[in-house]
Amino acid sequence: MDSTIVLFLIQDGITNGAVYALLALALVLVFAVTRVILVPQGEFVTYGALTLAMLDVGKVPGTAGLLIVFAGLALLVEGWSSRNRMSAQLIGRLGLLYVVPPLVIVLLTLWLAPMKLGPLPQALLAIAIVAPMGPYLYRIAFQPLAEASILVLLIAAVAAHLSMTGLCLLFFGPEGLRAAPLSGASFTLGPLPVSGQNVAICIAAIGLMIALYLFFGRTILGKALRATAVNRLGARLVGIRTALSGQIAFLIAAAIGAFSGVLIAPVTTIYYDSGFLIGLKGFVAAIVGGLVSYPLAAAAAVFVGIVEAFASFWASAFKEIIVFLIIIPVLLVRSLTTTHVEEDE
Amino acid sequence: MSSRTILLALVAVAALVPVIPGVPVFWITLLNNIGLASLVAMGLVLLTGVGGLTSFGQAAFCGFGAYTTALLTTAYGFSPWVTLPVALLITGVVALILGLVTMRLSGHYLPLGTIAWGISLYFLFGELEILGKHDGLIAVPPLNIAGYDLYDSRAIYYVIWTFVLLAGIATHNLLDSRVGRAIRALRGGSVAAESFGVKTFRVKLIVFIYSALLAAISGWLFAHMQRAVNQTPFGINAGIEYLFMAVLGGAGHVGGAILGSGLVTILKDQLQRLLPQLFGSKGNYEMIVFGFLLVVLLQTAREGLWPWLASLFPARQQPPRPVAAEPLPRRTMPDAAEPLLSLKSARKSFGGLLAVNDVSFDVRSREIVGLIGPNGAGKSTIFNLVTGVLWPTGGEVRFKGERIDSQHAQAVARRGIARTFQHVNVLSNMSVLDNVALGAHLRGSKGSLASLARLDRAEERRLLNEAATQIERIGLAEQMHRPAGSLSLGQLRIVEIARALCLDPVLLLLDEPAAGLRHMEKRELAAMLAKLKSEGMTILLVEHDMSFVMGLTDHLVVVDFGTKIAEGKPADVRANPAVIEAYLGGVA
Repeated sequence: MDSTIVLFLIQDGITNGAVYALLALALVLVFAVTRVILVPQGEFVTYGALTLAMLDVGKVPGTAGLLIVFAGLALLVEGWSSRNRMSAQLIGRLGLLYVVPPLVIVLLTLWLAPMKLGPLPQALLAIAIVAPMGPYLYRIAFQPLAEASILVLLIAAVAAHLSMTGLCLLFFGPEGLRAAPLSGASFTLGPLPVSGQNVAICIAAIGLMIALYLFFGRTILGKALRATAVNRLGARLVGIRTALSGQIAFLIAAAIGAFSGVLIAPVTTIYYDSGFLIGLKGFVAAIVGGLVSYPLAAAAAVFVGIVEAFASFWASAFKEIIVFLIIIPVLLVRSLTTTHVEEDE
Repeated sequence: MSSRTILLALVAVAALVPVIPGVPVFWITLLNNIGLASLVAMGLVLLTGVGGLTSFGQAAFCGFGAYTTALLTTAYGFSPWVTLPVALLITGVVALILGLVTMRLSGHYLPLGTIAWGISLYFLFGELEILGKHDGLIAVPPLNIAGYDLYDSRAIYYVIWTFVLLAGIATHNLLDSRVGRAIRALRGGSVAAESFGVKTFRVKLIVFIYSALLAAISGWLFAHMQRAVNQTPFGINAGIEYLFMAVLGGAGHVGGAILGSGLVTILKDQLQRLLPQLFGSKGNYEMIVFGFLLVVLLQTAREGLWPWLASLFPARQQPPRPVAAEPLPRRTMPDAAEPLLSLKSARKSFGGLLAVNDVSFDVRSREIVGLIGPNGAGKSTIFNLVTGVLWPTGGEVRFKGERIDSQHAQAVARRGIARTFQHVNVLSNMSVLDNVALGAHLRGSKGSLASLARLDRAEERRLLNEAATQIERIGLAEQMHRPAGSLSLGQLRIVEIARALCLDPVLLLLDEPAAGLRHMEKRELAAMLAKLKSEGMTILLVEHDMSFVMGLTDHLVVVDFGTKIAEGKPADVRANPAVIEAYLGGVA
């Protein structure tokens, strides 16, 4: 192995790591605000990637139909839970939240998809289709369980993952898809060829992290989310609607998932079930950060990416095994440094 | 009809199914699959439903069982029956390692660890040359009983369901024992259980390993039924399905595991025929339905179907009081007025907050000492320092002259210190009797193996007899078999005292025992505490009701803002200006 290969692997690792970092941030955010360990995060990645790939060839993506399924179920759940206090105002609100957005997005997709507008508008459209599924998912599966234990929420999250993978198979079929790169440029940096797509991924990931940092530090909505994360009851007492916080956290998570999917769609072939493994690598990073620390999770994500790159060079058959076993020493260290035993149930 | 007759009837029916003429082989195969899944789900019932832990990686443990036997029988010519203990040993060691790594962390790290672990093993099974890579191992020999090879699915049916029956009995025995109470106590958090000497870490490990072993047996049977092994059935989706079975059936009941396995296996079979026709293409569409049903189940009936099924049958009559048995040996009580408990400059800070500030006082044997002070004065923190729930930042706590600060709660309990909690800490769906019997945990010694084999009955009778005696002593004999959750708050405080007495303590720590009691009940409580004292007990109590404290205690210690402001005889303390100021504010 010479230095060029090392540099190449590191480049590869950092690119993957940047995506895992985004996913890890979303996982930490959702866990902090809602206590849900968002196993289906990977499905949002799949949805985003497959949507972009379909838009690339000018077809209407299956996620348009999926969005209607999600919105319809969410409308049913919301309508059922408020069946005893129906009013014209409430029906209007339901329409505004659960009917108008998917309808507008789906119509827009039907109109724009055949036009092949080019990488950037297609990427934005793909994110717009997938992101609303986040809050709808929260409404359907998690909001009714908001007070349940972390364990129950985790089982629900795994169940959601199962359904969402199956739905993806139904709407996209079993074939893998790959999108055209956002940037076809490539250049050499010293001895190292660098692809424009890799640079785009890193810039986009860093840009999104800065945007999230500003959102949580500078906006009232971001601060409300942080308050919910610190103490749900306290947040409610000062007038923050925790259900809304949950939906916003899921919106951000789904958007980040779709965004990550859009970034990786041109570099890997994505199948209906690929997202799970990608999301889990975000998890390994999030767990290293103890599910609380954003910087630690982001740093760990880059580490996971680099380990993965080197593992696929040396022992490609055992790549996934090596990556997932990183979690064991991490848990061991956490276990040995924890002095306090406390269950959440 | 007792549950035993129902069980025998079911066993008889199950034994007859394969010999009824006209029963299609397909049904037998389905029943075999249900049996295999039941074994895994039973482990999850114990782990998740009873213990409040969970695992998505049970399928990987099945894989260990299946691959171990497949490899040893095909490549090395072992007999299948010899590989069973080997499979159990390997799986047990693997589960032990994983358990050691995750069990100390909060509850959700175990399932996350098992997801990562489950996926790694799934890939590993498919990559190892020795395990035949993706093709797996073929030509696994069938099980052989007395020279007869069990090729027929009707024949192996009996083997599978014999294992299910044995596992069901073993699981039932384990739950209905001293260890079983400790497992059930895990759900209430670790503090109460550890205060009565339960080593919660160890108990969690036992349950986790037990559930892994059941999964390994299932995998072992699977290998010899299918006579070929590959990685497909041991993935994470299978792990999720097993959990679905346990939750659907009713996590918490052995029967629920079989019920859930049956329903999910049959539903899966039906969906796999129906959905591809409906959607016009092949695929594992049943997972859409499974995921959806699981979410609905968690939202509407988290306890699963078993409790509902049980409620259809008329309630059994009140079980009798546990039979009288030879009383457990008692500790010898110390003579009067010996120094028993002593705090020297005990200090506890939480970050910048000083909750206990250099508090010193002594408790002498056969005294009732009251620890009083306004809310937030640090009284409960002092209790936690004495009982090993919290460790002091500075100073010493001595019991009978030996330092007990920085010892674990179980070790403190072992010395004969029992406590109650300010916020009642009982298992609400466990009976009063079982809750109280948990207090006697340290007075028994039979472990999980003895419980599985029912070798613990004599000791168990003595423990339950002790619990029943203490319940009768506090006057709640009528409520003995009711779930603790159905009692009033005041009664639960008394139940906690009975539980503490079951430990046979030398020193009893009572945190606001009279809160929520009516006037008469308070007088009965005071009388009981006075009687305990006359029998040699030493009591330290936190209480707000001044008339209760004044009439009962020999000595009072007053704390305010973490600092001791006065101590002495009740009458002197009452006249102390500093105490008056702390309670009533500054003199106007």
